[in-house]
Amino acid sequence: MREITYLEAVREAMTQEMERDSRVFLIGEDVGEYGGAFQVSYGMLEKFGPERILDTPITELGLTGAATGAALIGMRPIAEIMFMDFTTLASEQLVNQAAKLRFMFGGNATVPLVLRTPAGSGTGAAEHHSQSFENWFVHVPGLKVVMPTTPYDAKGLLIASIRDDNPVVFIEHKLLYKTKGDVPEELYEIPLGKADIKREGKDLTIIATSIMVQRSLQAAEELAKDGIDVEIVDPRTLRPLDTETIVNSVKKTGKVLIVHEAVKTGGFGGELAGVIAESEAFGYLDAPILRLAGREVPIPYNRNLELKAVPQVEDIIQKARELVNLRV
Amino acid sequence: MTLTKEKAEQYLLQMYQIRAFEEQAEKSYMAGKIHGTMHLSIGQEASAVGSISTLEPTDFIIGHHRGHGLCIAKGADLNLMMAEFYGKENGYCRGRGGSMHIADVDGGNLGANGVVGGGIPLAVGVGIGLKMQAENKVLLAFFGDGAASTGAFHESMILAVLYQVPVVFICENNQYAMSFSANDWTTSKKIAAHGEIYGMPGSTSTDGNDLLEVQKAVEAAVKRAREGGGPSLIVNDTYRWRGHSKSDRNRYRTKEEIEKWKKKDPILRFQKQCIGEKLLSEKEAEKIKDQGYADIESARLFAEASPEPDVAALEEGVYAP
Repeated sequence: MREITYLEAVREAMTQEMERDSRVFLIGEDVGEYGGAFQVSYGMLEKFGPERILDTPITELGLTGAATGAALIGMRPIAEIMFMDFTTLASEQLVNQAAKLRFMFGGNATVPLVLRTPAGSGTGAAEHHSQSFENWFVHVPGLKVVMPTTPYDAKGLLIASIRDDNPVVFIEHKLLYKTKGDVPEELYEIPLGKADIKREGKDLTIIATSIMVQRSLQAAEELAKDGIDVEIVDPRTLRPLDTETIVNSVKKTGKVLIVHEAVKTGGFGGELAGVIAESEAFGYLDAPILRLAGREVPIPYNRNLELKAVPQVEDIIQKARELVNLRV
Repeated sequence: MTLTKEKAEQYLLQMYQIRAFEEQAEKSYMAGKIHGTMHLSIGQEASAVGSISTLEPTDFIIGHHRGHGLCIAKGADLNLMMAEFYGKENGYCRGRGGSMHIADVDGGNLGANGVVGGGIPLAVGVGIGLKMQAENKVLLAFFGDGAASTGAFHESMILAVLYQVPVVFICENNQYAMSFSANDWTTSKKIAAHGEIYGMPGSTSTDGNDLLEVQKAVEAAVKRAREGGGPSLIVNDTYRWRGHSKSDRNRYRTKEEIEKWKKKDPILRFQKQCIGEKLLSEKEAEKIKDQGYADIESARLFAEASPEPDVAALEEGVYAP
């Protein structure tokens, strides 16, 4: 199969969907000539013209509302928010309007909107360009939240998100943009709400999201050298959540480590731990559920401090070893 | 638009329906029959009817929290509206939205809004969509003077001009954002001037209690929007007779001021115009008024006899299948 980057996979999904469906369009800051801050939409203006690649001034609230309004009358917009940090500015329209229009209109409205945004630290961009806010949006009924890890997942999940009749927050990771993987040239959907087992194992389950899946896979290779066989579950969609795959994995291994980049307090790991504790998997646990997540600080600028603020491969290895030796 | 007898009857009836709906809403609330709050538009009827009378049935409106009148002017079914106000299952939104969220997407009413200024960015997007769909439809986007100070308004003005959307933005300046007087920071003229500044030629303010003046201004803006001339901003200068909501103690304004505005009653004013121009007789006008109140009374009976939502269905309608 052909290998392309995560970034190219996102662009290809948008491009192919726009070719297939004239209702799909892209709106965002500098998504035209500039190609988006990360070049995700580079070349799309040339292909589709300014009528379907809508460059905006700095108007996160306005452009998110505009995408929502267009969706309300049957268009299928993709809005790009340049950094997830700036979704704070967009969230009135996303949380109060897009997420609720259907319900508060008695089920008589449809909002097929995708809001794409890159999250995550590691680029030295400091406090205002590095955050991971996924759990804020997971908390909102009416939204779906997707976090792809691989190029293959990015393309299939984005196509499914564009075709979904609900508002979807599609969270990319800056450090994954240049990672490569096998991606089919044709259109395909990965259903929202379906987790993926990224590595099979029997000794413990790591549930990880976004870039933490890649780091967990690296950690698993190291742990395998010591005879620790790790299973890695990637939920891919945080809302709706594939609890079945998660519960089955925990039942199999009896031990679970949750890894995400976002700050631990109030993060998605707490939700995962709750889901597991409430499920039949509880009786299979041989140790407490552990979480490894972002430290309780804003993301700092200095390289060494920044690395320490979120889980790295060695942190995952260490935490997994700790868990292997833990008993209830 | 020449005022015919038929049109005069229609506008007067709609204004009386609005007045009667609001009075009934208040009565039902006082009688303890309404669970939530409400924002009444008594005194603002000419702005709603004058503006929306310029639309074709296939055009759209988007409203604000004080939106009952806008719904009625767009031709809403009064029974379904009242049932929604009562929180009933057969209301427009199955009782899920209530007073602040009455919508009829198929009928071109894209909903009232509980967030001040919340509908304005949506309006830009509806305009983008309408332009792409190229069916020659337009949108009237309503908001109040309170919304004109929000970031949402200013971002939206910029985007609307940039994309030349077929939208007429209508600010119903009823003089107060809750208690904050618009006069303390702006005037109708100044709000309208934002339209000019952002690049919407023909933006203007009207005497919002004069139905025909409102209609004339909005009609020109709708025509321009439909012909691809882009958006406009029109400010209808009006007044709400009632408080902001049920919590209002009217501490920020005087009785004299309220009485002064009541003398400018938009309904009586239009009625007098129609009688003066011999389009309607006194008797006919009385009959129309009675009809308006009777329509609302039957809507009340419908709403009160309507079923409550099934609590087992609470989680329905959050997601599209």
